Amino acid sequence: MFTGAAAALLVALALAILRAIKGPTVFDRALAGNTVGSLAILLLAVVGFLTGRPEFLDIALTYGLLNLIGTLAVLKFFRHGDLAYDPEEGRER
Amino acid sequence: MRLIGLATFLFAFWLALSGHYTAFLVGAGLASAILCAIAARRVLPADSESQPLRLLVGTVTYYPWLLWEIVKSAWSVTKIIIDPRLPISPTMTRVSASQRTAAGIATYGNSITLTPGTLTVGVAGNQLLVHALTRDGALDLESGRMDRRVARFEGTA
Amino acid sequence: MALLIDIASGALIAGGCFFILVGAIGLVRMPDLYTRAHGTSVIDTLGAGLLILGLMLQAGWTLVTLKLLFVLAISFFTLPVVAHALAQAALHENVAPRLAEDRRQRALTDGAPVGKDGEP
Repeated sequence: MFTGAAAALLVALALAILRAIKGPTVFDRALAGNTVGSLAILLLAVVGFLTGRPEFLDIALTYGLLNLIGTLAVLKFFRHGDLAYDPEEGRER
Repeated sequence: MRLIGLATFLFAFWLALSGHYTAFLVGAGLASAILCAIAARRVLPADSESQPLRLLVGTVTYYPWLLWEIVKSAWSVTKIIIDPRLPISPTMTRVSASQRTAAGIATYGNSITLTPGTLTVGVAGNQLLVHALTRDGALDLESGRMDRRVARFEGTA
Repeated sequence: MALLIDIASGALIAGGCFFILVGAIGLVRMPDLYTRAHGTSVIDTLGAGLLILGLMLQAGWTLVTLKLLFVLAISFFTLPVVAHALAQAALHENVAPRLAEDRRQRALTDGAPVGKDGEP
């Protein structure tokens, strides 16, 4: 049962990576990257059950928190070309 | 008082995640919970939104309703995706949010995004710019069904 | 009883996998960025929800179930923020959505017309 779930998740991951390769815009790739992140969280949880080591869930939790920060950082970088951009100053710090 | 509440919450979170209850680990958890609470007081402004406990009553009634909406619309999006003709009719629309607080409007925007088939693209004041996968989804949102529900959720605060 | 739980969690995990695959197919099949985002939201809500519910049934009343609940809650509150940020950034960079109908200029009883970023 867990093996089947892991296989389905891997197929979904391959489809998401296909979208990341095809693009065409950077936002499609960021969306695909975010989807890869949320699929990786689920895969980590399933692998934890598959191997009988629930410690994997801690990694899944951390990945869940990092996924948000990572995607937002990529978006901010592509919008302003600078992660330290301050909208109130309207220029780089 | 807020400090103690936050530290207690963080310590409970540590205990839930740790699972090992030796004296050293529990002590380290207590110390880091207090340190985090002190650091958070310097970072976060003291506002009414940082203690969302008063929304608890509304949460109990609103979120089950939202979950059911998500299930229904996820199923309709699923039918569209597996249909070989891909019967989509993407529509951009804008709806007005009748909530009074920023937290209420944020809840409404997030609920729209969380429901498959509709996506909040822009927010300006109480105007939300929404992209819907089908024309029907846009019209359903324009009818203000979800808006009234979120306003009621906010009103219980 | 254990068999019953196994069957129920197996059905939930299978359902979750179905919706995850459907969402991934949607991500590939849909014609533009905004419609693709709808495909991924199926993964993030129903797919992840059912799968984690199935895993919770397997774990029983332990700390593992609580952690699974945290995983679900974190995605529940962060993923709409990401989807919104993505769509807004794309619209700001003039990635035009392919629309069957544009109702952006429809008359509202209150408020001024909204600019292309949702800024008035």
